[in-house]
Amino acid sequence: MTKPTTSSGPLRLVGLTRHFDDFVAVAGIDLEVPAGSFFALLGPSGCGKTTTLRMVAGLEEPTAGRIYLGDEDITATRAYQRRVNTVFQSYALFPHLSVLDNVGFGLRQLKVADWKQRSMEALELVQLADRSRQRPRQLSGGMQQRVALARAIVNRPEVLLLDEPLGALDLKLRREMQIELKRIQQEVGITFIHVTHDQEEAMTMADTVAVMNAGHLEQVGEPAALYDRPATAYVASFLGQSNLLPLEGFSDPGGEFVTAHAHGNGLVVERAQLPKGMPLDGGFAEGAPSVHLGIRPEKLRILSPDEAPSANRLGGTVTDASFTGVATTYLVAMPWGQELTVTRPNDGSLRARPGDAVVLGWDPHQSFVVSEAL
Amino acid sequence: MAWLRRNLVIIVGLLVMAYILMPNVVVTVFSFNKPSGRYNYQWNEFSLDAWLHPCASAGMCEALGLSLWVAVVSSLVATVIGTAAAFALGRYRFRGRGATNLLVFFPMATPEVVMGSSLLTLFVAMGIPSGQGTILIAHILFTLSFVITTVKARVASLDPALEQAAADLYARPSQVFWRVTFPLVAPGIAAGALLAFALSFDDYIVTNFNAGATTVTFPMYVWGASQRGTPVQINVIGTVMFVGALAIVGIAQAIGARRRKVAP
Repeated sequence: MTKPTTSSGPLRLVGLTRHFDDFVAVAGIDLEVPAGSFFALLGPSGCGKTTTLRMVAGLEEPTAGRIYLGDEDITATRAYQRRVNTVFQSYALFPHLSVLDNVGFGLRQLKVADWKQRSMEALELVQLADRSRQRPRQLSGGMQQRVALARAIVNRPEVLLLDEPLGALDLKLRREMQIELKRIQQEVGITFIHVTHDQEEAMTMADTVAVMNAGHLEQVGEPAALYDRPATAYVASFLGQSNLLPLEGFSDPGGEFVTAHAHGNGLVVERAQLPKGMPLDGGFAEGAPSVHLGIRPEKLRILSPDEAPSANRLGGTVTDASFTGVATTYLVAMPWGQELTVTRPNDGSLRARPGDAVVLGWDPHQSFVVSEAL
Repeated sequence: MAWLRRNLVIIVGLLVMAYILMPNVVVTVFSFNKPSGRYNYQWNEFSLDAWLHPCASAGMCEALGLSLWVAVVSSLVATVIGTAAAFALGRYRFRGRGATNLLVFFPMATPEVVMGSSLLTLFVAMGIPSGQGTILIAHILFTLSFVITTVKARVASLDPALEQAAADLYARPSQVFWRVTFPLVAPGIAAGALLAFALSFDDYIVTNFNAGATTVTFPMYVWGASQRGTPVQINVIGTVMFVGALAIVGIAQAIGARRRKVAP
């Protein structure tokens, strides 16, 4: 199990669509998953991520669109004809077969002669070789999960699909399995597509994360890129916490920065952060989509009086301070009523109490601009 | 008193068991009797006569053979049709599914006298002569509902993800059925088949209506015999049936226990 397989090519989805009667579950997705990558499909329940996965597996028929594996169009093929395997959310282990026979099921279908030996190797990879003769129901949830994983990867599929595989495990086991899954993916080199609603899980495990919402893709990118530069307000609020300041317009003094106007404050914003086609001549047109400036709570600082003046400053009153051990989270009310969340590490820097008047500052490189209705 | 309190559950349990099993014990004991008259109701003298000559009672073994034949054929046919119907009702949504589910219950809810007499009316109206054929048709009819109900419960409890997992692991639709679906539904099918066999074998009322003048099944024979005198051989057959049923249950339990005890 140590020799990595080379996949025949990337998985490509072109205009992939699925309707259930009147309900549009997946609304035309275009996506390319590079061969050998660990890819996460992230979204809330009902966003169409599982339906997308099932269409790739061949368990659901697309209403429209194509699926390519390398150069091959696999849209019309059946599930049993695809070199794609799935780790099901409920594991779906065959209760009437031993652990070994579960793992060997696919290889025996493929008429592989040394299925027994290869299945034992796969069980060793997930550290369950000593349980091969037991029945699935004699194992714990975490062990069953690993059997399901072994049953899928033993076939060396082009793509491995994982449908919320850690959803049923408790937190500690989930952390262990996240590390385990990552290790196994690197060892076998198969393309993993991991469906989850847990943003932390997606960000810790995947090379690339695709955020889905209401049947379409919001943004695709590396975890850090999605977090630091979310393209939409949806991504900004789904991945971690964000403070979103409604903007009234931009003006352009030239150079690397532009000025954003929010409740009478001029805020410095990096030009590169602006979405394409953003007007820079004062206010926005009537009826145009709303534009927000986003700042993560940990990027906001409480400025002390003797500190060098920050490019961006907003004055407010602390309404709440909650100590969480490694950090303290403040709520700071702005003069226009909005409360901003500020998270400061407990590193001996300035502390504030409820009722204090404070000035918040941030680095213009660490904010982002999103445009559309929330 | 303390002893009684500790063992009360066991004592009551044994009393209930004794109450349930008493008829079987009496039947078995009296199979070794040598009655003085025509009726085997009073203990007279120990004898192995009935066990050594089980077919000595005229017509009894023929009746027994007919009953076994009818039970095997009707339960086989009912199991095949019933299993197919159970999959359809448990798996698929179609027009008339709700109505079918309800109609399947009617043969179970209908009094046997009503079913037997209306079947006879039907056969007479259609000009079908009563006999083994009409008994078979009637038995398949009323055992079918039990098979459908039993198998449907098993099909409904089957996780559809298991079949999808098999398809995902390169199994064609027919392989999915024989390697995953069938083995998992099999206990339900076996239970349905055994139920159908038992119901067919001991049915008297419906059979009596539709048997015609010359066809005699085992229950009909016993009933007829009890009017004129009860041959000890009836007790022998009863004892064999009881021990046979016990053996089947015992073997099933032993297999189950062995399966659970797979080495770690």
